[in-house]
Amino acid sequence: MTRALGWLAALGLVAGLAAGFGYAPRETVQGNVQRIMYLHVPAVLTAYLAFGLVLAGSIGYLATRRPGWDRLAGAAGEIGVLFTGLTIVSGSIWGKPTWGTWWTWDARLTSTAVLFLVYVGYLLLRSLIEDPEARGRYAAVVGIVGAVNVPIVHFSVKWWRALHQPSTILGPERSPIDPAIGLALFVNWVAFTLLFAYFLSRRMEIARLEEQT
Amino acid sequence: MTYARRAWIILWKDVLIERRAKETANALLFFCLLLLFLFQFALGPDRERLATAVPGLLWLGFILAGLLGLGRSFLAERDNDCWEGLRLTPGDKSAIYLGKLAGNCVLMTAVEIILVVLFGVFYNVDLWTPAAPLTLVLALGTIGLAAVGTLFAAMTAQVRARELLFPVLLLPVQVPVLLATVSATQAVLLGQPLADVAHWLKLLAGADLVYVTIGLLTFEFVLEG
Repeated sequence: MTRALGWLAALGLVAGLAAGFGYAPRETVQGNVQRIMYLHVPAVLTAYLAFGLVLAGSIGYLATRRPGWDRLAGAAGEIGVLFTGLTIVSGSIWGKPTWGTWWTWDARLTSTAVLFLVYVGYLLLRSLIEDPEARGRYAAVVGIVGAVNVPIVHFSVKWWRALHQPSTILGPERSPIDPAIGLALFVNWVAFTLLFAYFLSRRMEIARLEEQT
Repeated sequence: MTYARRAWIILWKDVLIERRAKETANALLFFCLLLLFLFQFALGPDRERLATAVPGLLWLGFILAGLLGLGRSFLAERDNDCWEGLRLTPGDKSAIYLGKLAGNCVLMTAVEIILVVLFGVFYNVDLWTPAAPLTLVLALGTIGLAAVGTLFAAMTAQVRARELLFPVLLLPVQVPVLLATVSATQAVLLGQPLADVAHWLKLLAGADLVYVTIGLLTFEFVLEG
Protein backbone atom coordinates (compact mmCIF):
# COMPACT_ATOMS: atom_id res chain seq x y z
CA MET A 1 0.00 0.00 0.00
CA THR A 2 2.68 2.46 1.10
CA ARG A 3 4.94 1.21 -1.65
CA ALA A 4 2.25 1.84 -4.26
CA LEU A 5 1.76 5.35 -2.85
CA GLY A 6 5.49 5.95 -3.25
CA TRP A 7 5.47 4.90 -6.89
CA LEU A 8 2.37 6.98 -7.51
CA ALA A 9 4.10 10.02 -5.98
CA ALA A 10 7.21 9.41 -8.11
CA LEU A 11 5.03 9.15 -11.20
CA GLY A 12 3.22 12.34 -10.22
CA LEU A 13 6.50 14.21 -9.76
CA VAL A 14 7.72 13.13 -13.22
CA ALA A 15 4.40 14.24 -14.71
CA GLY A 16 4.73 17.49 -12.74
CA LEU A 17 8.20 18.12 -14.14
CA ALA A 18 6.96 17.43 -17.66
CA ALA A 19 3.97 19.72 -17.14
CA GLY A 20 6.03 22.47 -15.54
CA PHE A 21 8.89 22.50 -18.04
CA GLY A 22 7.31 21.11 -21.19
CA TYR A 23 3.58 21.73 -21.29
CA ALA A 24 3.21 25.07 -19.50
CA PRO A 25 4.03 28.14 -21.62
CA ARG A 26 6.77 30.64 -20.80
CA GLU A 27 5.41 33.41 -18.62
CA THR A 28 5.45 36.73 -20.53
CA VAL A 29 6.74 39.07 -17.82
CA GLN A 30 9.03 36.95 -15.65
CA GLY A 31 10.18 34.44 -18.27
CA ASN A 32 11.38 30.99 -17.24
CA VAL A 33 11.95 32.12 -13.66
CA GLN A 34 8.24 31.86 -13.06
CA ARG A 35 8.49 28.06 -13.41
CA ILE A 36 9.78 27.90 -9.85
CA MET A 37 6.15 28.46 -8.94
CA TYR A 38 5.48 24.78 -9.72
CA LEU A 39 7.66 23.96 -6.73
CA HIS A 40 6.90 26.95 -4.52
CA VAL A 41 3.11 26.88 -4.48
CA PRO A 42 2.60 23.10 -4.11
CA ALA A 43 5.21 23.11 -1.31
CA VAL A 44 3.39 25.77 0.69
CA LEU A 45 -0.01 24.14 0.16
CA THR A 46 1.45 20.83 1.36
CA ALA A 47 2.92 22.57 4.40
CA TYR A 48 -0.50 24.00 5.28
CA LEU A 49 -2.01 20.55 4.92
CA ALA A 50 0.69 19.15 7.19
CA PHE A 51 0.14 21.74 9.92
CA GLY A 52 -3.60 21.19 9.67
CA LEU A 53 -2.91 17.51 10.37
CA VAL A 54 -0.69 18.47 13.33
CA LEU A 55 -3.69 20.29 14.78
CA ALA A 56 -6.01 17.36 14.07
CA GLY A 57 -3.54 14.87 15.55
CA SER A 58 -2.99 17.05 18.63
CA ILE A 59 -6.69 17.41 19.39
CA GLY A 60 -7.21 13.74 18.64
CA TYR A 61 -4.46 12.73 21.05
CA LEU A 62 -5.67 14.91 23.92
CA ALA A 63 -9.22 13.62 23.42
CA THR A 64 -8.53 9.90 23.01
CA ARG A 65 -4.94 9.36 24.25
CA ARG A 66 -4.36 6.92 21.42
CA PRO A 67 -0.66 7.02 20.46
CA GLY A 68 -1.61 6.87 16.77
CA TRP A 69 -2.84 10.47 16.89
CA ASP A 70 0.44 11.59 18.38
CA ARG A 71 2.39 9.76 15.70
CA LEU A 72 0.26 11.51 13.08
CA ALA A 73 0.92 14.93 14.63
CA GLY A 74 4.65 14.30 15.04
CA ALA A 75 5.14 12.95 11.51
CA ALA A 76 3.06 15.73 9.94
CA GLY A 77 5.02 18.31 11.97
CA GLU A 78 8.35 17.06 10.64
CA ILE A 79 7.21 16.99 7.02
CA GLY A 80 5.49 20.34 7.43
CA VAL A 81 8.75 21.93 8.58
CA LEU A 82 10.52 20.33 5.61
CA PHE A 83 8.00 21.75 3.13
CA THR A 84 7.92 25.16 4.80
CA GLY A 85 11.71 25.23 4.50
CA LEU A 86 11.36 24.30 0.83
CA THR A 87 8.83 27.09 0.38
CA ILE A 88 11.11 29.69 1.95
CA VAL A 89 14.20 28.57 -0.01
CA SER A 90 12.37 28.35 -3.36
CA GLY A 91 10.71 31.70 -2.66
CA SER A 92 14.12 33.22 -1.95
CA ILE A 93 15.49 31.91 -5.23
CA TRP A 94 12.41 33.25 -7.01
CA GLY A 95 12.62 36.58 -5.22
CA LYS A 96 16.23 37.32 -6.17
CA PRO A 97 15.62 37.79 -9.95
CA THR A 98 12.07 39.21 -9.67
CA TRP A 99 12.28 41.48 -6.61
CA GLY A 100 16.06 41.92 -6.64
CA THR A 101 16.49 40.57 -3.11
CA TRP A 102 16.80 37.20 -1.38
CA TRP A 103 14.75 38.24 1.57
CA THR A 104 12.43 41.07 2.46
CA TRP A 105 10.27 41.62 5.53
CA ASP A 106 7.11 41.43 3.51
CA ALA A 107 3.95 40.22 5.24
CA ARG A 108 3.71 36.73 3.79
CA LEU A 109 7.42 36.02 3.98
CA THR A 110 7.43 37.03 7.60
CA SER A 111 4.40 34.99 8.54
CA THR A 112 5.80 31.92 6.75
CA ALA A 113 9.08 32.39 8.62
CA VAL A 114 7.17 32.65 11.91
CA LEU A 115 5.26 29.48 11.04
CA PHE A 116 8.58 27.75 10.37
CA LEU A 117 10.00 28.85 13.73
CA VAL A 118 6.90 27.81 15.67
CA TYR A 119 7.05 24.27 14.31
CA VAL A 120 10.82 24.00 14.63
CA GLY A 121 10.17 24.74 18.31
CA TYR A 122 7.49 22.03 18.25
CA LEU A 123 9.99 19.48 16.89
CA LEU A 124 12.63 20.62 19.39
CA LEU A 125 10.19 20.03 22.25
CA ARG A 126 9.41 16.56 20.93
CA SER A 127 13.09 15.69 20.67
CA LEU A 128 13.76 16.69 24.30
CA ILE A 129 11.15 14.44 25.95
CA GLU A 130 11.70 10.69 26.10
CA ASP A 131 8.47 9.57 27.75
CA PRO A 132 6.09 9.07 24.80
CA GLU A 133 3.01 9.85 26.86
CA ALA A 134 4.30 13.19 28.20
CA ARG A 135 5.78 14.02 24.79
CA GLY A 136 2.40 13.49 23.19
CA ARG A 137 0.59 15.70 25.69
CA TYR A 138 3.06 18.60 25.67
CA ALA A 139 3.53 18.50 21.90
CA ALA A 140 -0.24 18.49 21.43
CA VAL A 141 -0.60 21.67 23.51
CA VAL A 142 2.10 23.41 21.46
CA GLY A 143 0.56 22.08 18.25
CA ILE A 144 -2.79 23.56 19.17
CA VAL A 145 -1.34 26.92 20.26
CA GLY A 146 0.72 27.10 17.06
CA ALA A 147 -2.22 26.39 14.79
CA VAL A 148 -4.64 28.73 16.56
CA ASN A 149 -1.98 31.41 16.37
CA VAL A 150 -1.78 31.27 12.56
CA PRO A 151 -4.64 33.73 11.84
CA ILE A 152 -3.40 36.11 14.56
CA VAL A 153 0.09 36.08 13.04
CA HIS A 154 -1.44 36.56 9.60
CA PHE A 155 -3.29 39.76 10.47
CA SER A 156 -0.58 41.23 12.66
CA VAL A 157 2.05 40.78 9.97
CA LYS A 158 -0.29 42.01 7.23
CA TRP A 159 -0.94 45.26 9.05
CA TRP A 160 2.71 45.56 9.91
CA ARG A 161 3.69 45.68 6.21
CA ALA A 162 2.32 44.56 3.02
CA LEU A 163 5.48 43.44 -1.81
CA HIS A 164 4.17 39.95 -2.25
CA GLN A 165 1.75 39.47 -5.11
CA PRO A 166 -1.70 38.61 -3.80
CA SER A 167 -2.50 34.93 -3.93
CA THR A 168 -3.70 34.16 -7.45
CA ILE A 169 -5.25 30.76 -6.81
CA LEU A 170 -7.01 31.14 -3.52
CA GLY A 171 -8.29 34.68 -4.08
CA PRO A 172 -12.00 35.45 -4.38
CA GLU A 173 -11.97 36.48 -8.04
CA ARG A 174 -11.57 34.20 -11.00
CA SER A 175 -7.97 33.29 -11.44
CA PRO A 176 -6.23 35.35 -14.17
CA ILE A 177 -3.70 32.56 -14.76
CA ASP A 178 -3.39 30.91 -18.17
CA PRO A 179 -5.28 27.57 -17.96
CA ALA A 180 -2.14 25.70 -19.07
CA ILE A 181 -0.16 27.15 -16.18
CA GLY A 182 -3.06 26.37 -13.88
CA LEU A 183 -3.09 22.75 -15.05
CA ALA A 184 0.68 22.36 -14.62
CA LEU A 185 0.31 23.78 -11.13
CA PHE A 186 -2.53 21.38 -10.39
CA VAL A 187 -0.50 18.35 -11.55
CA ASN A 188 2.39 19.40 -9.32
CA TRP A 189 0.09 20.00 -6.41
CA VAL A 190 -1.37 16.50 -6.72
CA ALA A 191 2.16 15.07 -6.98
CA PHE A 192 3.28 16.91 -3.84
CA THR A 193 0.23 15.80 -1.91
CA LEU A 194 0.93 12.18 -2.93
CA LEU A 195 4.55 12.61 -1.88
CA PHE A 196 3.37 14.03 1.44
CA ALA A 197 1.05 11.09 2.00
CA TYR A 198 3.91 8.70 1.24
CA PHE A 199 6.32 10.45 3.62
CA LEU A 200 3.61 10.57 6.28
CA SER A 201 2.79 6.88 6.17
CA ARG A 202 6.48 5.92 6.18
CA ARG A 203 7.30 8.26 9.06
CA MET A 204 4.33 7.07 11.13
CA GLU A 205 5.39 3.47 10.51
CA ILE A 206 8.92 4.26 11.72
CA ALA A 207 7.52 5.97 14.83
CA ARG A 208 5.35 2.94 15.54
CA LEU A 209 8.33 0.60 15.26
CA GLU A 210 10.42 2.91 17.48
CA GLU A 211 7.80 2.73 20.22
CA GLN A 212 7.78 -1.07 20.15
CA THR A 213 11.45 -1.37 21.04
CA MET B 1 -14.67 26.11 47.53
CA THR B 2 -15.56 28.22 44.52
CA TYR B 3 -13.54 28.40 41.34
CA ALA B 4 -12.51 32.04 41.91
CA ARG B 5 -11.46 31.22 45.47
CA ARG B 6 -9.18 28.42 44.30
CA ALA B 7 -7.56 30.69 41.72
CA TRP B 8 -7.13 33.36 44.38
CA ILE B 9 -5.42 30.94 46.77
CA ILE B 10 -2.84 30.04 44.13
CA LEU B 11 -2.22 33.72 43.42
CA TRP B 12 -1.94 34.57 47.11
CA LYS B 13 0.43 31.65 47.75
CA ASP B 14 2.77 32.88 45.01
CA VAL B 15 2.64 36.49 46.17
CA LEU B 16 3.36 35.36 49.73
CA ILE B 17 6.34 33.24 48.67
CA GLU B 18 7.69 36.15 46.66
CA ARG B 19 7.18 38.61 49.52
CA ARG B 20 9.08 36.40 51.94
CA ALA B 21 11.84 35.10 49.70
CA LYS B 22 12.13 38.12 47.36
CA GLU B 23 13.96 35.83 44.99
CA THR B 24 12.60 36.80 41.61
CA ALA B 25 11.66 40.44 42.15
CA ASN B 26 15.05 41.63 43.40
CA ALA B 27 16.99 39.97 40.63
CA LEU B 28 14.54 41.17 38.01
CA LEU B 29 14.79 44.76 39.22
CA PHE B 30 18.55 44.60 38.85
CA PHE B 31 18.20 42.91 35.47
CA CYS B 32 15.98 45.75 34.22
CA LEU B 33 18.60 48.29 35.26
CA LEU B 34 21.26 46.30 33.40
CA LEU B 35 19.10 46.15 30.31
CA LEU B 36 18.87 49.92 30.29
CA PHE B 37 22.64 50.18 30.36
CA LEU B 38 22.95 47.61 27.59
CA PHE B 39 20.51 49.46 25.34
CA GLN B 40 22.35 52.70 25.99
CA PHE B 41 25.73 51.14 25.16
CA ALA B 42 24.35 49.44 22.06
CA LEU B 43 22.77 52.57 20.61
CA GLY B 44 25.18 55.26 21.77
CA PRO B 45 24.46 58.58 23.43
CA ASP B 46 22.38 60.10 20.59
CA ARG B 47 19.09 61.12 22.23
CA GLU B 48 17.18 61.36 18.96
CA ARG B 49 18.06 57.82 18.05
CA LEU B 50 17.19 56.55 21.51
CA ALA B 51 13.85 58.33 21.40
CA THR B 52 12.84 56.72 18.11
CA ALA B 53 13.89 53.32 19.39
CA VAL B 54 12.08 53.61 22.73
CA PRO B 55 8.85 51.68 21.85
CA GLY B 56 10.86 48.73 20.56
CA LEU B 57 13.39 48.83 23.40
CA LEU B 58 10.63 49.04 25.99
CA TRP B 59 9.01 45.86 24.70
CA LEU B 60 12.35 44.15 24.23
CA GLY B 61 12.96 44.88 27.88
CA PHE B 62 9.56 43.49 28.93
CA ILE B 63 10.04 40.36 26.86
CA LEU B 64 13.57 39.67 28.14
CA ALA B 65 12.54 40.26 31.73
CA GLY B 66 9.36 38.27 31.08
CA LEU B 67 11.30 35.28 29.74
CA LEU B 68 13.26 35.15 32.98
CA GLY B 69 10.34 35.88 35.30
CA LEU B 70 7.70 33.73 33.62
CA GLY B 71 10.13 30.89 33.07
CA ARG B 72 10.59 30.61 36.84
CA SER B 73 6.92 30.64 37.73
CA PHE B 74 6.56 26.87 38.08
CA LEU B 75 10.01 26.06 39.41
CA ALA B 76 8.87 26.45 43.02
CA GLU B 77 6.33 23.70 42.42
CA ARG B 78 8.98 21.15 41.58
CA ASP B 79 10.38 21.10 45.12
CA ASN B 80 8.81 19.16 48.00
CA ASP B 81 6.34 17.41 45.70
CA CYS B 82 4.30 20.59 45.28
CA TRP B 83 3.50 19.44 41.76
CA GLU B 84 1.70 16.42 43.24
CA GLY B 85 -0.17 18.77 45.53
CA LEU B 86 -1.37 20.84 42.60
CA ARG B 87 -2.45 17.74 40.74
CA LEU B 88 -4.39 16.49 43.74
CA THR B 89 -6.28 19.76 44.07
CA PRO B 90 -9.97 18.98 43.75
CA GLY B 91 -12.08 20.56 41.05
CA ASP B 92 -11.30 22.12 37.73
CA LYS B 93 -7.53 22.41 37.18
CA SER B 94 -7.90 25.54 35.06
CA ALA B 95 -8.36 27.50 38.31
CA ILE B 96 -4.68 26.82 38.98
CA TYR B 97 -3.82 28.22 35.56
CA LEU B 98 -5.88 31.31 36.23
CA GLY B 99 -4.17 31.86 39.60
CA LYS B 100 -0.72 31.39 38.11
CA LEU B 101 -1.60 33.68 35.21
CA ALA B 102 -2.77 36.38 37.61
CA GLY B 103 0.46 35.99 39.61
CA ASN B 104 2.54 36.34 36.47
CA CYS B 105 0.57 39.41 35.43
CA VAL B 106 1.30 40.97 38.81
CA LEU B 107 4.99 40.19 38.40
CA MET B 108 5.07 41.56 34.85
CA THR B 109 3.21 44.69 35.91
CA ALA B 110 5.83 45.34 38.59
CA VAL B 111 8.62 44.86 36.04
CA GLU B 112 6.87 47.14 33.57
CA ILE B 113 6.35 49.92 36.07
CA ILE B 114 10.04 49.77 36.99
CA LEU B 115 11.17 49.73 33.36
CA VAL B 116 8.85 52.56 32.32
CA VAL B 117 10.05 54.76 35.18
CA LEU B 118 13.69 53.93 34.42
CA PHE B 119 13.15 54.71 30.73
CA GLY B 120 11.54 58.02 31.62
CA VAL B 121 14.44 58.96 33.88
CA PHE B 122 17.42 57.70 31.91
CA TYR B 123 16.31 58.30 28.34
CA ASN B 124 14.44 61.51 29.03
CA VAL B 125 11.21 60.42 27.36
CA ASP B 126 7.91 61.86 28.51
CA LEU B 127 5.90 58.81 29.50
CA TRP B 128 3.63 60.71 31.87
CA THR B 129 1.43 62.57 29.37
CA PRO B 130 0.35 59.45 27.43
CA ALA B 131 0.13 57.41 30.66
CA ALA B 132 -3.51 56.36 30.28
CA PRO B 133 -3.42 55.00 26.72
CA LEU B 134 0.02 53.52 27.40
CA THR B 135 -1.38 51.62 30.35
CA LEU B 136 -4.09 50.11 28.14
CA VAL B 137 -1.54 48.95 25.55
CA LEU B 138 0.74 47.56 28.25
CA ALA B 139 -2.10 45.73 29.96
CA LEU B 140 -3.32 44.07 26.76
CA GLY B 141 0.21 43.10 25.75
CA THR B 142 1.04 41.76 29.20
CA ILE B 143 -1.97 39.46 29.29
CA GLY B 144 -1.03 38.02 25.89
CA LEU B 145 2.57 37.46 26.92
CA ALA B 146 1.67 36.00 30.30
CA ALA B 147 -1.15 33.78 28.99
CA VAL B 148 1.08 31.74 26.67
CA GLY B 149 4.09 32.21 28.95
CA THR B 150 2.31 30.64 31.93
CA LEU B 151 1.17 27.64 29.88
CA PHE B 152 4.60 27.04 28.35
CA ALA B 153 6.39 27.65 31.66
CA ALA B 154 4.33 24.88 33.29
CA MET B 155 5.24 22.60 30.41
CA THR B 156 8.94 23.35 30.20
CA ALA B 157 9.38 23.15 34.00
CA GLN B 158 9.36 19.36 33.50
CA VAL B 159 11.61 19.24 30.47
CA ARG B 160 15.34 18.99 29.99
CA ALA B 161 17.06 22.14 28.60
CA ARG B 162 14.15 24.09 30.08
CA GLU B 163 15.77 27.54 30.05
CA LEU B 164 16.55 27.13 26.34
CA LEU B 165 13.29 25.54 25.26
CA PHE B 166 11.03 28.11 26.97
CA PRO B 167 12.12 31.12 24.86
CA VAL B 168 12.38 29.02 21.70
CA LEU B 169 8.76 27.98 22.10
CA LEU B 170 7.38 31.26 23.41
CA LEU B 171 9.04 33.87 21.18
CA PRO B 172 7.67 32.80 17.76
CA VAL B 173 4.18 32.50 19.17
CA GLN B 174 4.50 35.99 20.62
CA VAL B 175 5.36 37.69 17.32
CA PRO B 176 1.82 39.12 16.86
CA VAL B 177 1.78 40.51 20.40
CA LEU B 178 5.17 42.13 19.88
CA LEU B 179 4.21 43.66 16.51
CA ALA B 180 0.92 44.97 17.84
CA THR B 181 2.26 46.39 21.10
CA VAL B 182 5.31 48.04 19.55
CA SER B 183 3.20 49.68 16.82
CA ALA B 184 0.58 50.81 19.32
CA THR B 185 3.19 52.04 21.82
CA GLN B 186 4.90 54.03 19.08
CA ALA B 187 1.64 55.74 18.10
CA VAL B 188 0.75 56.45 21.73
CA LEU B 189 4.16 57.97 22.47
CA LEU B 190 3.81 60.21 19.42
CA GLY B 191 0.58 61.50 20.90
CA GLN B 192 -1.76 59.97 18.35
CA PRO B 193 -5.31 59.26 19.50
CA LEU B 194 -6.16 55.68 20.44
CA ALA B 195 -8.58 55.48 17.51
CA ASP B 196 -5.58 55.39 15.17
CA VAL B 197 -4.42 52.14 16.68
CA ALA B 198 -7.85 50.63 17.27
CA HIS B 199 -7.09 47.74 14.91
CA TRP B 200 -4.01 46.84 16.94
CA LEU B 201 -5.90 47.03 20.20
CA LYS B 202 -8.64 44.80 18.78
CA LEU B 203 -6.03 42.31 17.58
CA LEU B 204 -4.42 42.31 21.02
CA ALA B 205 -7.73 41.86 22.79
CA GLY B 206 -8.66 39.04 20.41
CA ALA B 207 -5.27 37.36 20.85
CA ASP B 208 -5.54 37.66 24.65
CA LEU B 209 -8.96 36.03 24.57
CA VAL B 210 -7.74 33.18 22.35
CA TYR B 211 -4.57 32.57 24.39
CA VAL B 212 -6.33 32.59 27.75
CA THR B 213 -9.05 30.27 26.44
CA ILE B 214 -6.49 27.81 25.07
CA GLY B 215 -4.61 28.00 28.38
CA LEU B 216 -7.74 27.27 30.41
CA LEU B 217 -8.67 24.36 28.14
CA THR B 218 -5.27 22.68 27.87
CA PHE B 219 -3.70 23.35 31.29
CA GLU B 220 -5.00 20.14 32.84
CA PHE B 221 -3.07 18.14 30.23
CA VAL B 222 0.11 20.00 31.10
CA LEU B 223 -0.35 19.53 34.83
CA GLU B 224 -0.61 15.75 34.56
CA GLY B 225 3.09 15.27 33.91
